[in-house]
Amino acid sequence: MKQTPLHDTHLALEAKLVDFGGWHMPVQYGPILDEARCVRERAGLFDLGHMGRINVTGPDAVRYLDRLATNFVAKIPTNSIRYSLFCKEDGAPIDDLLVYKGEDDVYLVVNASNTDAVLDWMHAHTDGFDVAIDDQTATTTMIALQGPAALEVLKQVTQDTDLDALGYYKFTFGTVCGLKNTRISRTGYTGENGFELYFANGDARKVWDGLMTAGKSAGVQPIGLGARDTLRLEAGMPLYGHEIDPDHNPIEAGLAFGISFKDEKGDWIGRDALAKVAAAPKRALVGFTTDGKRVPRQGYALMRGDETLGDVCSGAVSPTLDTNIGTGYVPVELAVPGTELEMDIRGKRQSVRVCELPFYSRTRKKN
Amino acid sequence: MRPDDRKYLSSHEWIKIDGDIGTIGITDFAVQELCSGNESDLVYCDLPEAGRSVEAGETFGEIESVKAVADLNAPLGGEVIEVNAAIEDHLEILADDPWERGWLIKIKLSAKTSDALLDAAAYEEVVAQEA
Repeated sequence: MKQTPLHDTHLALEAKLVDFGGWHMPVQYGPILDEARCVRERAGLFDLGHMGRINVTGPDAVRYLDRLATNFVAKIPTNSIRYSLFCKEDGAPIDDLLVYKGEDDVYLVVNASNTDAVLDWMHAHTDGFDVAIDDQTATTTMIALQGPAALEVLKQVTQDTDLDALGYYKFTFGTVCGLKNTRISRTGYTGENGFELYFANGDARKVWDGLMTAGKSAGVQPIGLGARDTLRLEAGMPLYGHEIDPDHNPIEAGLAFGISFKDEKGDWIGRDALAKVAAAPKRALVGFTTDGKRVPRQGYALMRGDETLGDVCSGAVSPTLDTNIGTGYVPVELAVPGTELEMDIRGKRQSVRVCELPFYSRTRKKN
Repeated sequence: MRPDDRKYLSSHEWIKIDGDIGTIGITDFAVQELCSGNESDLVYCDLPEAGRSVEAGETFGEIESVKAVADLNAPLGGEVIEVNAAIEDHLEILADDPWERGWLIKIKLSAKTSDALLDAAAYEEVVAQEA
């Protein structure tokens, strides 16, 4: 299994480590629910070294990515970030990703488990484009700081950029823990205000320790991938292999915001297939809550009477909502908040109620 | 070394035999695997009603943590005569004392041996391989 430069740090913290997309990653350092609460109430630090990081340069970088990606890359303002997907001709997603539009490069952050497939796909589609594809996954790493205290903590160790002025889904370069030219983005996978930082492998310990020290009084703790999954689900964010996979297209997953059918974008791979789905979607991803004790799990069936409607994609104990939550697919006519359905848990039934996604919104909470 | 007054399954259940009564529980390793030492991560335990018959190796219930669900398998067959009612609302007992207070069910044994049963030393090897 591959290891991030913080692997020894996780071992020293006595984290439970698991295989995640071919990487030996911390799933939890302590109770998962406590870690999720820490991020909602204070802030948490995440080792995301397993995520794939790919830089695309060359005169055709944008035009090339507008051929592969579902969103309109040419229209992304410089120093902004957009959610996107790569799909096959039939609309089946290869991966979902974040697209960082630089002045003369486009930087992609992809899922660990799909990094190889994404790179293969990219290299297979360079004909006619003058581009260079630089896989930086092995030489660089990535840390996220997420939570209401994230901004104040990161400001303590950051110079040469104004973090207050850095808007959501924007990025900049600044000095973090003394490291000049660190990529800083106001992004995350938790639904909280927060940042993701990118730097060379050899600097990982310096940044991690620097942020832990700066965040000590604010109660910053290391957070594993278990809580990260809970947080992203509460925030209604999809996970490849759960909400989207080769059999679950991004239209029915509710990800149309990351897909552009504008003529100016030109033809792109998967466009025709996804346009057909968009014209007549058959099923929709919904969120649901359940009063029962059983936790929704991927693969459980959603039922109404004897009729199987679809499958559960993800589930979690939600410490923020104080109930068990899940996502799953149902026929579009049943994708209505308040609809009562049942979940089949290995032969036993538990009632669930369709609700609005996301389950949790930081901005909505404040209103 | 885990208690040698009982037998084990490689799926991490134990059975303690007293006359024709078998008391069944899960091992500390099973609990650890489910909740990584964080007892609050245990969320649910489904146990059978008294009166139900179970066969050796049959799933008689389920235990669930925040991140995983595991079957509870009967080391030996018999009729369920008693269920530990405290467990459902106090899953932390399983983390505190899986060997005594954390018993799950008692069965009236229909047979006292099975090829699947391991002694404490053999179970220790199973754990060593999985840990």
